[in-house]
Amino acid sequence: MELLFNLTLNGLATGMLIFLLAAGLTLIFGLMDVLNFAHGGLFAWGAYSGIWIYSTTGSFIIGILGAILTGFLLGIITEKWIIKPVYGNHVQQILITLGLMLVLSEMLKVIWGPNQLSANPPDYLQGSWEIGGMIIIKYRVFIIFVGFLVFAGVQYLLKNTKIGLVVRAGVMNKEMVQALGINIKKVFMFVFMIGSGMAALGGVLFGPYSGVIHAGMGMEFAILAFIVVVIGGMGNFTGSVMAAILVGLSGSFMAYYVPELSLAVNMLLMAVVLIVKPQGLFGGKG
Amino acid sequence: MSVLLKLNNIETFIGQYHILQGVSLEVKKGEVTVLLGRNGAGKTTTLRTIMALNPASKGSVVFRDQEIQNLPTYTIAQRGIGYVPEDQGIFAGLTVEENMKVAMQKDNEETHKRLDYILNLFPDLKKFWKKPGGLLSGGQKQMLSIARAYVNENELLLIDEPSKGLAPIVVEKVMESILQMKEQTTIVLVEQNFMMASTIGDCFYIIDDGRTVSNGTMKQLKEDEEMKRKYLGIA
Ligand SMILES: Nc1ncnc2c1ncn2[C@@H]1O[C@H](COP(=O)(O)OP(=O)(O)OP(=O)(O)O)[C@@H](O)[C@H]1O
Ligand SMILES: [Mg+2]
Repeated sequence: MELLFNLTLNGLATGMLIFLLAAGLTLIFGLMDVLNFAHGGLFAWGAYSGIWIYSTTGSFIIGILGAILTGFLLGIITEKWIIKPVYGNHVQQILITLGLMLVLSEMLKVIWGPNQLSANPPDYLQGSWEIGGMIIIKYRVFIIFVGFLVFAGVQYLLKNTKIGLVVRAGVMNKEMVQALGINIKKVFMFVFMIGSGMAALGGVLFGPYSGVIHAGMGMEFAILAFIVVVIGGMGNFTGSVMAAILVGLSGSFMAYYVPELSLAVNMLLMAVVLIVKPQGLFGGKG
Repeated sequence: MSVLLKLNNIETFIGQYHILQGVSLEVKKGEVTVLLGRNGAGKTTTLRTIMALNPASKGSVVFRDQEIQNLPTYTIAQRGIGYVPEDQGIFAGLTVEENMKVAMQKDNEETHKRLDYILNLFPDLKKFWKKPGGLLSGGQKQMLSIARAYVNENELLLIDEPSKGLAPIVVEKVMESILQMKEQTTIVLVEQNFMMASTIGDCFYIIDDGRTVSNGTMKQLKEDEEMKRKYLGIA
């Protein structure tokens, strides 16, 4: 019982980290039709910048805010100078974003050195609670909490604000949004910024979760995030959170029971979805 | 009457295809100008060129005495042209209300007055206010698309085959609403349904093979059996 509970909690926490990465990817793909392979780089940058700020200032909260800000900035720069020139051309997008991914990880090594860095939760998030004989690790609960908070916040934005409506409308029909007098390019930049901020947040939360961060971590998580985008339906925000939880849970349970198959199962899940329901498990776009 | 929109010898490519090869027309303020022509003649492309969704490579589009052919689509819309595309362009996952909200460029009194007006014209939209656009009937989608184009203070509406695929009784309703809007707005209407075109239209242009080949008043066209047979396939 305790094992099941912990595997579930672990899976949910991992799922939330994947969600933070996948949500931006899916919106960027759905709205802008851009395959952003550099998205994982923002995850790693969030981790490094956030953990560095955290260790310099001693405040985890400031570290988190710093990571989000770094994500915003890198997102704006990426959209403006890297993505904008290649809108509408998938081959160029793949090449240039893969290139950017490499540049981003190499720059991490240049700035913070080639070795992995260690990261620990702040005092108040260390240790665990014991409830009814069950050990609950605080930091995992924290990640799940933040993940849900971000989900709820973005969901609110998408449902209740004009720009959110425009983003959803744009995912469905870009041309029509423009024919109604809306400058969709501005919306692109906004979405890119939010998506990058979420990825960076995921990265900094991941640090103390795994205990170490390294420059290649972006790529590893990006693969899971791409699987989630496919399973959840490209452009489907609510789909991405459900798929992320699914992938997180399956990863957590598989890693315990049949570790060799952990990633394979998720890949298989994606392949099946692509064949059976290519629009994603959770309905159409929306 | 003054000219609101003028197309001067427009040429448009889609990819490598030379679709429009000389479209010229004038739309007078307060009138309904109907574009007629066979399937594939270039009527839709003409409207899309005005909106710069398929930008012209040659010629000019003059709206309110200013050239607009090099402006981005959203700016053209903001200048006062509302567009009702052939496929209606409804945001399927958004409710009727949300579709209207995306369309409303301003949140002022005038816009809300226009909203009230158009909802009274199309009570179905009020009835299904919270329903996803994708679940509306064909006629309701058409009404929603027209309402979205109308709700801003647009001086010109471009409406592409509003009668397409609709039952005769619904066509009648859409036609009535366009006649009502005509009181306040200039309209360019693409319409194959000759009954509808001749009831609403003040003047016409015939497009054939990407060129405007003939034009005149609707009255002239009604009497010209030869022309109707040649370009419209109506005896
Ligand atoms: N995306 C495209 N790529 C290539 N050719 C196109 C494209 N869109 C339209 N065309 C071609 O352009 C020509 C004009 O098409 P258009 O849709 O403007 O005609 P239309 O007069 O509106 O016809 P209909 O009455 O059937 O709606 C057609 O021959 C069509 O095949
Ligand atoms: Mg057409």
